[in-house]
Amino acid sequence: MLRLQKLTKTYRTGDQALKEIDLEVGKGQVLALIGPSGAGKSTLIRCVNRLVQPTSGAVWLEDTDLTKLGSGALRRARREMGMIFQEYALVERLTVMENVLSGRLGYVGFWRSFLRWYPQSDIDEAFRLLDRVGLLHMADKRADELSGGQRQRVGICRALIQDPKLLLVDEPTASLDPKTSRQIMRLITELCRERRLAAIINIHDVALAQMFVPRVVGLRFGEIVYDGLPTGLTPEKLTDIYGEEDWEATIKKVEDEDEVEVEAAE
Amino acid sequence: MPVLEKENAQTWRRRTTGENLFRWFGWLIGVAIFVVCWQRISEATTWFFVWDAPRIAGDIWTRATPPRWEYITQLGRPIWDTLNIATLGTLIAICLAVPVAFMAARNTTPSVLFIRPVALLVIVSSRSINSLIWALLLIAIIGPGVFAGVIAIAIRSIGFCAKLLYEAIEEIDHTQVEAISATGASRWQVMAYGIVPQILPAFAGIAVFRWDINIRESTVLGLVGAGGIGLQLSASLNVLAWPQVSLILLVILAAVMISEWVSAKVRGAII
Amino acid sequence: MSHRELEDMLGKGWRKPPFVSNPKLRWSLILGFVAYLVAAFMTIEVDWGRVYVGLDRGWAFILAFTSPDFTSRASDIWDGLLESIVMTVAASVVGILISIPIGLGAARNIAPLPIYLVCRGIVAVSRALQEIIVAILLVAIFGFGPLAGFLTLSFATIGFLSKLLAEDIEAMDKVQAEAIKASGARWLQWINYGVQPQVMPRLVGLSMYRIDINFRESAILGLVGAGGIGATLNTAFDRYEYDTAAAILILIIGIVMSLEYLSGIIRAKVQ
Ligand SMILES: Nc1ncnc2c1ncn2[C@@H]1O[C@H](COP(=O)(O)OP(=O)(O)O)[C@@H](O)[C@H]1O
Ligand SMILES: [Mg+2]
Repeated sequence: MLRLQKLTKTYRTGDQALKEIDLEVGKGQVLALIGPSGAGKSTLIRCVNRLVQPTSGAVWLEDTDLTKLGSGALRRARREMGMIFQEYALVERLTVMENVLSGRLGYVGFWRSFLRWYPQSDIDEAFRLLDRVGLLHMADKRADELSGGQRQRVGICRALIQDPKLLLVDEPTASLDPKTSRQIMRLITELCRERRLAAIINIHDVALAQMFVPRVVGLRFGEIVYDGLPTGLTPEKLTDIYGEEDWEATIKKVEDEDEVEVEAAE
Repeated sequence: MPVLEKENAQTWRRRTTGENLFRWFGWLIGVAIFVVCWQRISEATTWFFVWDAPRIAGDIWTRATPPRWEYITQLGRPIWDTLNIATLGTLIAICLAVPVAFMAARNTTPSVLFIRPVALLVIVSSRSINSLIWALLLIAIIGPGVFAGVIAIAIRSIGFCAKLLYEAIEEIDHTQVEAISATGASRWQVMAYGIVPQILPAFAGIAVFRWDINIRESTVLGLVGAGGIGLQLSASLNVLAWPQVSLILLVILAAVMISEWVSAKVRGAII
Repeated sequence: MSHRELEDMLGKGWRKPPFVSNPKLRWSLILGFVAYLVAAFMTIEVDWGRVYVGLDRGWAFILAFTSPDFTSRASDIWDGLLESIVMTVAASVVGILISIPIGLGAARNIAPLPIYLVCRGIVAVSRALQEIIVAILLVAIFGFGPLAGFLTLSFATIGFLSKLLAEDIEAMDKVQAEAIKASGARWLQWINYGVQPQVMPRLVGLSMYRIDINFRESAILGLVGAGGIGATLNTAFDRYEYDTAAAILILIIGIVMSLEYLSGIIRAKVQ
């Protein structure tokens, strides 16, 4: 469904953040993109919805090459791709409901959106989504009154109300505590399953990636160095991605935590 | 702060000798400039009047007290005009300042090379020139009256508001704007949802702040004929009616204090 | 529970919660504001015929900016400008020097109460009185000439700088200052080592800003006879010599721009 062909990005500063990336994501497939900071993870997903302009290569979303679109067509294409940000990127001075509804901006005209006259179906959907993430009672609170985890849930609703085919998720848990991180990851993967969404989830926490995601892609210096099952991430592979480090501890810890969680669940 | 080797002992000095000399030289030039300036002022001054100043001040004081309280009945309309000049001038100014600010801010300007310099020129021209001068100019063009005052205040305030506003626009959080763009919003929707909410508090603060300043400025616009209470002040000064002058000054003081209080309250409520 | 709530909300409209939640208050605010605007517009008398005639003159004035006349009144312009600069320099130096002790005295955390009250009183009076009004009074007392302008600007500088300096001192980091005090420093030493380093950069920045303001203000003091370029400008407007007026305004804008540029450099250096 999404296919990157020789995608390259060289920033004006001369940093080559992506080097001829080829990647294919099938319908409904959830994929974790791991790699050290500076590997080019954010650049990759931003090149997909063109918040960052790729230098060369192509991005095919179904049958359209996103890199060739003019601004109007790009706006329509962006409606198909929901994005979730690390620092939530909610508009802090708007209410939760306005933030969620802003996901519909690509579908409503300027004056409707300016006057907050959204179609009833959008409003209902916003309520349903807020209810799904447990924030219905917060609908009229201002976004800056929420906690980190709550903000990220609102961010998820904003992405989902776009009714996208693809979710682009940039470090959804980097600003959250470990427990909330797991809840958010679980929520995202569950929602992807419910709605058969494809997703690219950037994440630097290997343990979390292994826990929730069926396919892992490792990125290093703008190149794909691993693509496969989470179970295939052996210490050697991790060294390929991240450089020398004692991986036994990390992997072990994951297993321990899993056990703890299972116990807690029981 | 160098550590110097001196007679085999390390001594600590804040600056080296060269820097010290340079500093002293700088101070010397500064003092010399000040002395020259003072001399020019002194040459242009009739010192006889200055020595007489305490007597004259005392004289004015005795003439000006007590204020002529009953004159206040004639000040109602001028006060109303003053309020209107400030308020309408501010409203017009902020309407015009918003587009100028968006054109001047680096992250929203349509063209960094052509439009931004023009916007900055508008801002600096408007700011550099006092509202009294704008009033003089407008009176020469459209004749004396309240209308000239409103326009003068408006022109003077555009630069002030636009400058503060464009600085606020340049400081916004860019990821919020990106998030809105990523939903497929149009240019204007990105503006309305991503940028405007972020600058709204600054905008309101600036408007109220400028309104407060404009109340002060509009009290004196009448001195050049642009309406408001300054007209009465000027007329009273011309006929040396000091008791009226002192009453008008008291009224202006009260107006300034009330406007400061109001603007502090409103800003507190918004932010 | 939560699901029943959802069922209740589905199908219902949604409006953004209004800024003022009490509907009565909200409507009376809106109606009051509209009523005020209508009343204000009704009472402005605009002589549209005069304005229409004025448009030609306005256009002539704008054209004058393309061919400003620096030469025919060159000596008047030069004298006036020099006087403005002289007043600005002298008043800024004196104003800054005086505002430092007053600023220290007006900071509650370092000054004893009686001194604090006196200094705050001075600041309040200076801020409440407009430059131009002070200039009128001082001209009446000291006679025409730049001395009155110099005193006016000095006085205004004191109000502006002392207030901001005092607020800065009140907001400074207590721990640093107390560490110096704990080492047994005397009051002056304490100010020198504990307070000065913390507020110095901002003081320099504010002083630069005030010099800028002083120059702009010096351009209007001439209107009431307190010296500077204002008198020349006023004459130019009176005689409808737009090209000379344009030349003066261009000079003022140019000087203000270069002052801003200079102060930007200096501020960047101190910080
Ligand atoms: N706006 C930018 N301008 C210049 N270089 C950038 C920019 N954004 C990212 N880079 C560079 O691109 C590389 C990849 O960055 P990024 O995609 O943010 O990595 P990650 O998200 O994996 O941490 C880094 O070397 C970074 O310095
Ligand atoms: Mg990143």
